[in-house]
Order: sequence, then structure tokens, then C-alpha cells
Amino acid sequence: LSSSQVPLGTGAAVEIATSRRRRPLAERTIPYLLVAPVLLVVATILGYPLYKLLTLSFQQYGLAELIQRKGTWIGFDNYVSVLRDEIFWDTLVRTVVFTAACVGLTIVVGTLIALLLVQVSTWVRVLLTAALVLVWSMPPVVAVQVWYWMTNFDNGVLNHILTGLGLGDFSQHDWYATSFSKLAMVTLLVVWAAIPFVTITVYAALAQVPRELVEAAEIDGAGPLRVFRDVTFPILKPILLILTSLSIIWDFGVFTQPYLLIGAGNLDATNYLMGVYIFIEGYGKSDFGRGAAISVLMLLIVMAMSVVYVRRMVRMDDTP
Amino acid sequence: MTSSSAEATRAAGTRAAVRPRRAALVRRERRRKVRRIAWNVVGLALFAVMVFPVFWMLSTAFKPDTEINSLKPTWFSTSPTLQHFRDAIDPQQHPGFWNAVKNSLLIVGVTVVLAIVLAFLAAVALAKYRFTGRKVFVVLMIGILMLPAAGVVIPLYVVLARYGLTNQEDVFPRGAFTGVVLTFLTFLLPFAVWTLRGFILGIPRELEEAAMVDGSSRLGAFTRILLPLVAPGLVATSVFVFITAWNEYIFANLILSRDENHTLTIWLATFTGGARSTDWGALMAASTLTAIPVVIFFLLVQRKIAFGLTAGSVKG
Repeated sequence: LSSSQVPLGTGAAVEIATSRRRRPLAERTIPYLLVAPVLLVVATILGYPLYKLLTLSFQQYGLAELIQRKGTWIGFDNYVSVLRDEIFWDTLVRTVVFTAACVGLTIVVGTLIALLLVQVSTWVRVLLTAALVLVWSMPPVVAVQVWYWMTNFDNGVLNHILTGLGLGDFSQHDWYATSFSKLAMVTLLVVWAAIPFVTITVYAALAQVPRELVEAAEIDGAGPLRVFRDVTFPILKPILLILTSLSIIWDFGVFTQPYLLIGAGNLDATNYLMGVYIFIEGYGKSDFGRGAAISVLMLLIVMAMSVVYVRRMVRMDDTP
Repeated sequence: MTSSSAEATRAAGTRAAVRPRRAALVRRERRRKVRRIAWNVVGLALFAVMVFPVFWMLSTAFKPDTEINSLKPTWFSTSPTLQHFRDAIDPQQHPGFWNAVKNSLLIVGVTVVLAIVLAFLAAVALAKYRFTGRKVFVVLMIGILMLPAAGVVIPLYVVLARYGLTNQEDVFPRGAFTGVVLTFLTFLLPFAVWTLRGFILGIPRELEEAAMVDGSSRLGAFTRILLPLVAPGLVATSVFVFITAWNEYIFANLILSRDENHTLTIWLATFTGGARSTDWGALMAASTLTAIPVVIFFLLVQRKIAFGLTAGSVKG
């Protein structure tokens, strides 16, 4: 390790020495020329819409305005209407609970499977890892369709398996009867699809846990729980923090799974999640101004939640 | 004689001392074996649960309708059939498969090429240069990475509609495709920039410096040394961009509302939710067809790309 670090260190020193000398102007403009195309695309396709998002949220902007390409300024009316709307608050609470359930299950189960991978024989580990990678690679729309088929009430295989396991009579059980069970199905789907990323990342991090430390703790009489709490967990903590914040951001903004699994015809105020709510209020009902106001509120929440992740990633970016 | 008898007694003594320790070792070994078998059983159960949906998709896609619609499920069909695949792409029953494949390939192909070229330039700047505003650029990239699609769908639609880049008003041909490609680009560029930057940083600086000392220009060092070394990273990143664009649903569905513009994911989503009862066999066959390219590509590059989003944090 040290042998590879020495030349790297001198390389960096050379770089600093050259950068102290004033480089010619042409040389100094190169990095800006290199990032310019990306900045241009991002600014036009995202920057302008984001600016538009702010202005839209202060306008009456429906289909008529979309065709005329001009909205009417109405100040904070959209925000007042949204914040006074019970559906918004219900959706927000529901989305928070949904996110907590998804993230909690994903992180806990994902970590447990990673710990299990250390304990099993090699062939089981290879088999389980292969399954995880396969699940990881499933396109979300495909996963939704498979889920929809497995939980179908007429002859879905889930009902058959649950009945066969002796958990009660599940024949013709409708998993989409209540808004709770609808969202529970979405949760299961999201967690199933998200576990592989967590497990494989945590498993890689577990390789960093020094064996001697674990053995020393065991010799001192620590049980497996104690070893996990005092030796393994502290080493996993930074990666778990990153995984948790990533999962929170992803699950809070989830759209495809609830939109398709619950199905456009069955979506209503009793089962909205934030992403679906914005889509239906803004695009579905063609009230783009109001949709924009909800979007602004949602983005503010997500921004607050992203701070942890963004700060960590930026800190890890070592300047050349 | 005396020495050998002394040796014998000593050996007997040690053997007596070793025996209980050996027994304890054997017991511990046996306990470890039992525990390992127990964990293996748990592992296999988890394997079954995780892989089941994928298995069930394939199993359904290949079995005849009578077995699909029976109340008692058939795990492995004894009379597999390709009929559902024929139905799924049959223009009368489920129109638009080949058209959707064409659209997906066109949109994803253009997106990948543009994303990789533009992202590579920016990644070089991030990995090789120090410049004012660099930090802001990094924050911008990671910030966009975290932006939920649902949060920007409304203004993006309004803006694209205004410039005729949605289906509502085709100002110029392929307008909607341009809209989708530009949208995909915006959301994939940050990811591509960030991952490629990691790959470029992985190349030893001395190689490049050696080339420059040997008298080649910065550009020469770049094309002859950096480019070949970073090629695997370019491939891995393109494949990942390909997969994400191929799987995208929300923006594609919003912008490409006309049937003839549908991508494969939209085509697949139209199988359910209609008035007709669902043709499960065809649905699972269509799901399989949509997933195949993604799964193959994913298996090829998963190892390389998996840690892009958490890079560095593992080292602690």
C-alpha cells in the first residue's frame, strides 16, 4: 500500500508546484471549456425549467394558459390553496410513513443479509449474490408487472403460497382492497428491489472489518451481538449513513411503482404518495400552477434531506 | 533404555493432557458446522424468496394458458410453449412491439453517445484540473443526482411543450424524441460525470507525466495514454446510462404520449389497466423481452459500477 502511495504523493507535489506558477491563459481556460457542454445542457434543460417552476407556482396556469403560453400572476394563491388542502397534508404524512417503512426495512434486512453472507458456505454465498444481482437488474416497470401478476386475487401465486403455508385461507384475497394494503404491496415491491444495492454495498464494507479485532473481542468473551455493536457497527456506520440518506431521497420521490402498481384507475386521495400527487394534480388535472407549488414544497423537503449525502460526497471529492 | 522410557512417560503425559483439549476442539468444530448448516438453510430460503418473482415471470411466460389460469399453480411446466412470446409481439393483439424496440434503441443510443462524450470532457476537467468554481460544479452534479423526477416533471413539461418538444405540437419532426433525449441527458449527465471522474482518478498520474516528459503534448498524452486506460470505464458507464435510459418511465410516458412514439417500457405498461382482462402469459413474455437486454448488460458491468454512488465511503 505504501509503495503505491509514495509516487502518488510526489505527483501531487509536482502538481501543486506547477499550479503556483501562473499558467498561461489558454491553459487556464481548458477546464472551463471542458465543463461548458455539460453546463450548457444542464442549464437549458434543467435550469430554465427550475426557474419556470418558481414562476409557475405563482401563476394561474392551466391548459388555456399552456396554449397561449402565458400565465396570470396570482401571488401566493397556489401555495395558500395547497397548504389549506387536507389532501396535501395527508399525502405528506403518508409519504413520510411510507418512506420510513421502506427505508427501515431496506436497511435492516439488507444489512442482515450482508451479515448472513459472511456466515454461509461459499456456494450458498455465490447463489445468493447471483440472485441479488438478478433482482437488482430488473427494470422497475417489469418488476411492477410481475408483482401485479403474483398478487392478482383470482389466481395470484401469493395467495396460493400463503394458504399452502397454513397462514389462513387466502384464496381470492384482494391485496388491493384497502389503501393500506395497496401501499403495503408497493412497499414490498420497493424493498425487494432495493435490498440488493444495500446488501452488496454493506457486504463490501464488511470486508474492511479487521478479523483480529473480531477475534480479540470474541476471546474477551463478547457474544455475536456485542461484537456487532462494538466492532462491526462502528466501521459500517459511515456507509450505512450514506445508504440511509440515499434511500430516503429515492423512496420519498418514488413514482413509477405506486403509479403503475396501484394503477391509474385506482389512484385517489386515499393512496397518493407525493410523486403521484404532483403528477395528478399538475399534469392529470392540467393545473400546472398548483402542481408547481406542490413541487416546490416537495423539492424543499428533499433538499433538506439531501444535505447529509451531498456534504459527504463533496468532502470525499479530493481536489487534484 | 532409560531415556526412551522417560520419553514414553512424557509422551503419555502430554497425550493425557491433550485429550480433553482435543475433545473440546472437536465439539467446537461440530458446533461451528451445525451453525454453518443452519445459516446455509436461512441463506437458501432467502435465495428462494428473492429470486422467486423472476422465476415466476419466466415460468409463466413459458407455460400454456390452462396452467396459468388454473387455481393450482404449476411450478415447472411439463409442456413449455413459446406461444406467449408470439402473442406479445403480435401486431393484432399487442401492437407496437417492433416500433417500441426501434424507438427505445434510437432514443437510448443517441442519449448514450451524447452523455458519454459530454460527460467525459467534464470528468477530465474534474479529475485533472483545479479551477475556480470547481466545487460549485461538483455540488451541482451531486445535487441533480438527488433531484426527484416527480418534482420537476411539471415545469419540464410546460417548457418542452412551449418549444414544441412534446407530442402536443410537433413543431419539427422527431420533436418529442429530441425532448426525451434532452431530458434523459440532463438527468444522466451528472451520474456519468461523477463515475467517469472516479475512473480517471484511478489512472496513475505518473503514466501521463512520463509521456509528457518524453515530449508529447498534453493532448498527445491524453489520446495515447489516458484514453486507452479509461476505455473500460467508458464502456461500464455507457452501459449503465443505457440501462437507466432503457428503464425510464415517468418522463418518457409524459413526453411520448402518442402510440407510435412509445418506448418499450411504455409499451409494457399498456398491457395492464385496460378494459380487457389481462393476458398474463403475454404480459410475462413481454416483461421477459423488456428485461433481457438490461439483465445481460447489468451482469456485465455490475461489479465496476456498483460503488459509484458510495465511492470512497467504504474506506472509512
